[in-house]
Amino acid sequence: MDLIIFLVFVGGAYLIGQHIEKSHYKEIEKKESACLHIPSVTSKKIVNLDEVLDAKLVFGNVVISGDYFKMIVASLLNFFGGRVTPYEKLLDRARREAILRMKQDASSMDADMIINTRFEMSKLDSMARGGGGTGMFEIIAYGTAVKLAKK
Amino acid sequence: MDQKKKGDKMIVTNIDAVPGKNIVEHYGIVQGSTVRAKHVGVDCIAGCQNTFGGELKGYSTLLEESRKEAITRMEQQAGHLGANAVINVRFGTSTITQGASEILAYGTAVKVE
Repeated sequence: MDLIIFLVFVGGAYLIGQHIEKSHYKEIEKKESACLHIPSVTSKKIVNLDEVLDAKLVFGNVVISGDYFKMIVASLLNFFGGRVTPYEKLLDRARREAILRMKQDASSMDADMIINTRFEMSKLDSMARGGGGTGMFEIIAYGTAVKLAKK
Repeated sequence: MDQKKKGDKMIVTNIDAVPGKNIVEHYGIVQGSTVRAKHVGVDCIAGCQNTFGGELKGYSTLLEESRKEAITRMEQQAGHLGANAVINVRFGTSTITQGASEILAYGTAVKVE
């Protein structure tokens, strides 16, 4: 009986987790194509600073967590080693979402570009009293939004 | 010439210069931090969402607010020193105890002209 409950729990987590992941990827792709006019680069020497009219620190953050299915797959993979694909996808989603939020922040000041983009990540697991070790992360992307003088 | 001047707004960037301006004075490092905890309700919802994965909106907003607060405190500290810009800003986050995390923002306070 316990096993059935366990399987239902894991199966449910898998199905719902997959659904959330797919719809999130769709949303990310849609938003990414809408934000193409504000490129974000990691370099800071890409623009001539004399041509910059305005600069502001912008950031975007996402707190994301894994599910029970991911946790179990990860613990199995931990035994054999190798790539932990479920978590790779999770972190990829979170980073892209953080960049999109940073771009949204930048579009409020009509920025042309975000330079010196940096990522920061921290594990927040012990923040959730109810969370059962599925892994909870905060990802933040930040950079300097610049407005260039029009030629 | 000064038509673009917007009062005494603090300029914050994470590059090592302020575009269009020259740094005339350094005041050293300034920092702002805040320790935040979310109430039990949001914590419980996050615990449930943890089962299925995905984004935890409650925590996202909590940490976004905290980060803004940390930046504001850093700006205040820079203001006390007489600076009008903070450059090379970096962020850090760490978990202090269960349910609370510290958000830190730090950078170099400078005077620009």
